[in-house]
Amino acid sequence: MKITKEQVKHIALLSRLELDEGETEIYQEQLSRILEYVEKLNEVDTKDIEPTSHVIELNNVFREDEVKASISRDEALRNAPDYTDKFFRVPKIIE
Amino acid sequence: MELHKLTVVELARMIHRGEIRPHEIIIDVFKRIQEVEGKVKAFITLTVEKAYNMAKDAENAVFSGKKSILTGIPIAVKDNICTKGIPTTCASKILYNFAPPYESTVTSRLMENKYILVGKTNMDEFAMGSSTENSGFHITRNPWDLERVPGGSSGGSAAAVSADECIAALGSDTGGSIRQPASFCGVVGLKPTYGRVSRFGLVAFASSLDQIGPITKCVADAALIMNVIGGYDPMDSTSAPIGVIDFTEYLGKDIKGLKIGIPKEYFIEGMDKEVEERINDAIKHLESLGCIPVEISLPHTEYAVATYYIIATSEASSNLARYDGVKYGLRVSGKDLLEMYMKTRSKGFGTEVKRRIMLGTYSLSAGYYEAYYKKALQVRTLIKRDFERAFEKVDFIVTPTAPTPAFKIGEKIDDPLQMYLSDIFTISVNLAGLPAISIPCGFNMKGLPIGLQIIGKPFDEAGILQLAYAYEQSTPWHKMKPTL
Repeated sequence: MKITKEQVKHIALLSRLELDEGETEIYQEQLSRILEYVEKLNEVDTKDIEPTSHVIELNNVFREDEVKASISRDEALRNAPDYTDKFFRVPKIIE
Repeated sequence: MELHKLTVVELARMIHRGEIRPHEIIIDVFKRIQEVEGKVKAFITLTVEKAYNMAKDAENAVFSGKKSILTGIPIAVKDNICTKGIPTTCASKILYNFAPPYESTVTSRLMENKYILVGKTNMDEFAMGSSTENSGFHITRNPWDLERVPGGSSGGSAAAVSADECIAALGSDTGGSIRQPASFCGVVGLKPTYGRVSRFGLVAFASSLDQIGPITKCVADAALIMNVIGGYDPMDSTSAPIGVIDFTEYLGKDIKGLKIGIPKEYFIEGMDKEVEERINDAIKHLESLGCIPVEISLPHTEYAVATYYIIATSEASSNLARYDGVKYGLRVSGKDLLEMYMKTRSKGFGTEVKRRIMLGTYSLSAGYYEAYYKKALQVRTLIKRDFERAFEKVDFIVTPTAPTPAFKIGEKIDDPLQMYLSDIFTISVNLAGLPAISIPCGFNMKGLPIGLQIIGKPFDEAGILQLAYAYEQSTPWHKMKPTL
């Protein structure tokens, strides 16, 4: 399937990626080719076939609600590009 | 003595006999790294100081009688496996300065055994790629031919093992990322059954496909590492509640009468002639050891790559949403939050990662979900069933690991689809969650290694190792070394 430039821009926005015109064109061409290849799957009859999202049977894993040691706030913050003594700092969200 | 050339088994024996000390091994390994790393470039980070401290700990364990087989063994770890306080970048600029506040389960278990961390190895960014050319930092070269790729995404780990820059390594495999580079670099690579090895601390790419596994110089070493890293982990809710067994007990067991399935769909037109010949030789060899080859069919094989690239990218687009410039890694400032996200992610991610995030976002987006993502999950069911049917008739499935030997640097980088197709023989195994190993099975005329893939039933790592060991011990391939 061929996708349009507008679609590429829309997907990029959903993906929180900024593309210039050149990149948009390259991705349009490459994504179209990959999607054309993926169209192959339409040859397969999947009527009444259950989807497999995970190969092993997944069950809820429960545990007791106990307080256990965890990483400290300081350690959790240390990798952040901008933080105060207690919080991650981000640009102002509410005007 | 060239200690760096030895295997885990050989070094463990020497340590046990008191012939060498861990300190001497690590000195020799770093000397080797100094000699060849400039050519190979397998590492992103070398942990020299840490390694010498760990060697000291290992020596104490040896002296106090608390050692295990892996005590004092220098091991390299792929840079998407979290090591506390040590940069773990996933070869991405977006994580260029990330030092995890916690240790992955696999490396914790290695630490309990007093291993020595040599360094963190190069990879395709976020494990997305088949050549290690997608690293955000530098490319890694194949020790057998420096003009060629080492494969990927665990190309740094495979190249480091092949070049004797470590004794063994850990990699991760989402669509072939342990097995394909092992095949390209002439070493052993095992992808365990999904759920066999904890993913806690493995930076997620496609959570339903990712598995950590060993890359080693011989089959016995892979078994030894599996003994340590395998088994249930309460920190990973997809970890299978199955106890560990001693995989080494299966090495040397008779393989007479085992049925090996040869899927006709894996011997396709356009496959490299020399690869085909070596694989046929390997099958004949297994037959001479008493195995019974059986032709089988995995009819949905031709849909595996398409299925994989929908599922893996969909999961990736969701997993990689966390890189937003807030909690860790790169931040590029913007006038508001949205602009900060956009600028950070555009600057931080490389082109292949962006391509996959967009493909995944597209497959999951409103109006396309049923046509792409759900369809792929249904075909995944059919692929899984193909294997279930085949394993009613045979004990193992034997195939080439990759359709060609190592290709040239730059050869496929501008053609993503061609690059994706180099994973054609390894991808189905991840979709079905099965264990599989790649072992060296010879060379082409140019002297490039070729890999044989052995696929097993779920949780039959023991069986694969048994068969692989029998093949390896009766062939010379694993003893061959590249000249650097």
